Amino acid sequence: MEMAWVWTGMVTLSLVFGLVSGNLDAVANAALEGARSAIELSLAMAGVLCLWSGVMEIMNACGLSAGLARLFRPVLRRLLPNACKDPETLAAVSANVSANLLGLGNAATPLGIRAARRMAKGCGGVASDELCRLVVLNTASIQLIPATIASVRAAAGCETPFDILPAVWLASVLSVTAGLLAAWLLSHGRAGR
Amino acid sequence: MNLSSLVIPVLLAGVAVYGLGKRVDVYAALTHGAEEGLSVLLRIVPALVGLLTAVSMFRASGAMEWLSGLCAPALDLLGIPPETAPLMLVRPVSGNGALAVASDLMASHGPDSYVGRVAAVMLGSTETTFYTIAVYFGSAGITKTRHTVPAALAADLTGFAAAALAVRLFFGR
Repeated sequence: MEMAWVWTGMVTLSLVFGLVSGNLDAVANAALEGARSAIELSLAMAGVLCLWSGVMEIMNACGLSAGLARLFRPVLRRLLPNACKDPETLAAVSANVSANLLGLGNAATPLGIRAARRMAKGCGGVASDELCRLVVLNTASIQLIPATIASVRAAAGCETPFDILPAVWLASVLSVTAGLLAAWLLSHGRAGR
Repeated sequence: MNLSSLVIPVLLAGVAVYGLGKRVDVYAALTHGAEEGLSVLLRIVPALVGLLTAVSMFRASGAMEWLSGLCAPALDLLGIPPETAPLMLVRPVSGNGALAVASDLMASHGPDSYVGRVAAVMLGSTETTFYTIAVYFGSAGITKTRHTVPAALAADLTGFAAAALAVRLFFGR
């Protein structure tokens, strides 16, 4: 429903600005041009997106995601100590993290939800510190190879669409750290009151 | 030779050889994954049509410039290019909306420009925060989310500032 507001707001503001500034012709053309460019963009990014989805699928089939999951267990045990006492929750959380790392959003969400449901049992609808942490971890992107973005860059005529990877990793690490730090500060600040 | 020209062929060949060594039918996995990619694409096409129409109108009317100008003083302080203001506003609410805004920025500034790169890194280092929170807490039956929203938004804001910082660090301005 939020998007209905965003879309209506954008289109209405465009009309108002177009009327005031007198470039309504340009706005009208832009509307048709935008719709046309959406299909162009989709076609231009289709190949790269499919190729990388395929590569990710191979990695998944080779057991790379299981390996990643094992790699992240020690970190997760620290981050979510209570939840990880339950082996099934630990399995769901580590599979969720490794699916996120591989950029398999479709696979990551159901796994994360399974973990969240187990962690929410018997808490009466109030999120625990650990559940907040799990959700913050999922609202911050930790994708290793952002295939969709690379395909958009390729569609825009970029010759080296993957050259932003180091910058993406650095920004992701900083963002996840800030989220977890903020969660920790906020939960401790409130507990002290 | 560019180092990133090495990454793609090596990754493709490496994954194939490793997979075959593990007796995985890599070709079937590749095509199955590609099919999944296609279904992802099919799901985002309708949204892109709606959103690119709105974004394109928004830019042509001059409203985009006005919005960027409005946010510029605060963004300058964080070292974020003001052109990306619309992207930051849409990002937490809609993944496809953010994709539309970012692709518009890349098309108008160029994918290898400072703004184009920052837009791409912003997209890669943040998530659709409100959607994720709604899905997770909704299915877990949580009504009191406590500090999740502010903490997640702090992560997003840091991600945006860090994206600009990282692009300056690796590519210059």
